[in-house]
Amino acid sequence: MTALPTRRDEAWRYSDLAAVERAWPLAPAATLAIGPGEHATRTIVQDGGNATAVDALDVTIAAGGSLTLHILAMGGDFGRVAVDVTLGDGARFDLGGVILGRGDAVREIVTTVRHAAPNATSRQVIRTVVDDRATGSYLGKVAVARHAQKSDAVQSIKALLLARGATANAKPELEIFADDVKCAHGATVGELDANALFYLASRGIAPAEAKALLTEAFITDALAGAPELAERAIAWLRA
Amino acid sequence: MLEITDLRADIDGKPILDGLTLTVGAGEVHAIMGPNGAGKSTLGYVLAGRAGYEVTGGSVTLGGVDLLALDAHERAAAGLFLGLQYPVEIPGVSNLTFLRTALNAQRRARGEAEASGAEFMRLARAEAEGFGLSLDMLKRPVNVGFSGGEKKRNEMVQMAVLGPRVAVLDETDSGLDIDALRVVADGINRGRSPARATLLITHYQRLLDYVVPDRVHVLVAGRIVRSGGPELARELEASGYALDQAA
Ligand SMILES: Nc1ncnc2c1ncn2[C@@H]1O[C@H](COP(=O)(O)OP(=O)(O)OP(=O)(O)O)[C@@H](O)[C@H]1O
Ligand SMILES: [Mg+2]
Repeated sequence: MTALPTRRDEAWRYSDLAAVERAWPLAPAATLAIGPGEHATRTIVQDGGNATAVDALDVTIAAGGSLTLHILAMGGDFGRVAVDVTLGDGARFDLGGVILGRGDAVREIVTTVRHAAPNATSRQVIRTVVDDRATGSYLGKVAVARHAQKSDAVQSIKALLLARGATANAKPELEIFADDVKCAHGATVGELDANALFYLASRGIAPAEAKALLTEAFITDALAGAPELAERAIAWLRA
Repeated sequence: MLEITDLRADIDGKPILDGLTLTVGAGEVHAIMGPNGAGKSTLGYVLAGRAGYEVTGGSVTLGGVDLLALDAHERAAAGLFLGLQYPVEIPGVSNLTFLRTALNAQRRARGEAEASGAEFMRLARAEAEGFGLSLDMLKRPVNVGFSGGEKKRNEMVQMAVLGPRVAVLDETDSGLDIDALRVVADGINRGRSPARATLLITHYQRLLDYVVPDRVHVLVAGRIVRSGGPELARELEASGYALDQAA
């Protein structure tokens, strides 16, 4: 990226552009190459104090390789994790991402997953929990090339608003040029289930504990397989 | 044990309970019957302190404690249990976590020692088996994927583990197969002691064949219009509520 992004740049539409400008120029994206048949796991955690945190990672996964990536975005007044993944023949990409925000934090996960060859699979599970006036956003583009038949891409995006003033944005985007593909996405934004809260209360569980239990349950899908991250997320939720 | 006096409650400004008076003594089992929409479930929710139900008059005490002054979770710690007509599913929270958190929250609130992991597991396993649920089912998320009957059994497991002083069971018998009905009835009978008062909300005489109530009350339009002994339930089964509704 050579020029400051603007609101018109799709991948930056929910960003805190003033924070980006203060942090300019951004460090170039880190790169990761997964070899043929190689299986890797990585985590990206943002949990710093007041600063702007921007992480970018460009990944290529060669034929038959796989990457499981977990992202925990819970730091920085403005936090952004941008991941660009290119999948080879039969490659697989699994992403579990959690965005947590309170106060006035603005945090986002932005992904581009390129099914550049046939038979590749991508799974993205994103859970956002925002409180106070915080904003949590996920922008996820899945691009399937013309010859990338049998591509299989799923995006599951859910956001939980813990306060009236909090905002969640979910923007899955499909760009498909092949005809024999399976692409699915679902996005929901909601509040804590009042029936569940009452059920817990009726058994003697105080409101704060009930809220914590339900919120933890909400993020578990995204951090299954990353217990350490789940623990950190839970500690944040209970702080 | 449970004393309800001239209780009035609104939903969205609409009166649902309209001067309901009812006393259930320690060791007693009372049944409440009544037509659909009479306010039976509303009574349970108002007792349990659910948001959205506004009490506009009357009083409720449990063992002398003013229940209406307490928050929902405090009422549970004071000894109230409401078995729901429609138990709620909670994805991502296991039955065991739910139950252990609840038991220990109640114990802490009462100034009692918390149950150790081992003590809790013994209790949960025994009660689950008693009501025909496996321990494996208790490891699954609360009520998720449970059949209608399994959800009701699960309510009974919760009641047995939590050991309330006042149990209000809202149509816990609906949706049960014949064997499960016996199991649930036995569970209610086991809990019949001077330490507990039980209020059964039911549409069917069937349950009352197994759990013979001390008193039967007819709830119509938000108030008790008639009370009697166990024979009243049989009479209602034959005649319906037409007379009570006309009155
Ligand atoms: N959330 C609500 N908003 C508006 N009206 C409600 C609400 N909940 C209950 N009611 C009304 O209150 C009345 C009593 O309902 P309730 O569920 O207590 O009846 P019930 O006696 O338990 O009936 P059933 O035998 O069908 O279970 C009904 O007329 C119902 O439509
Ligand atoms: Mg009802």
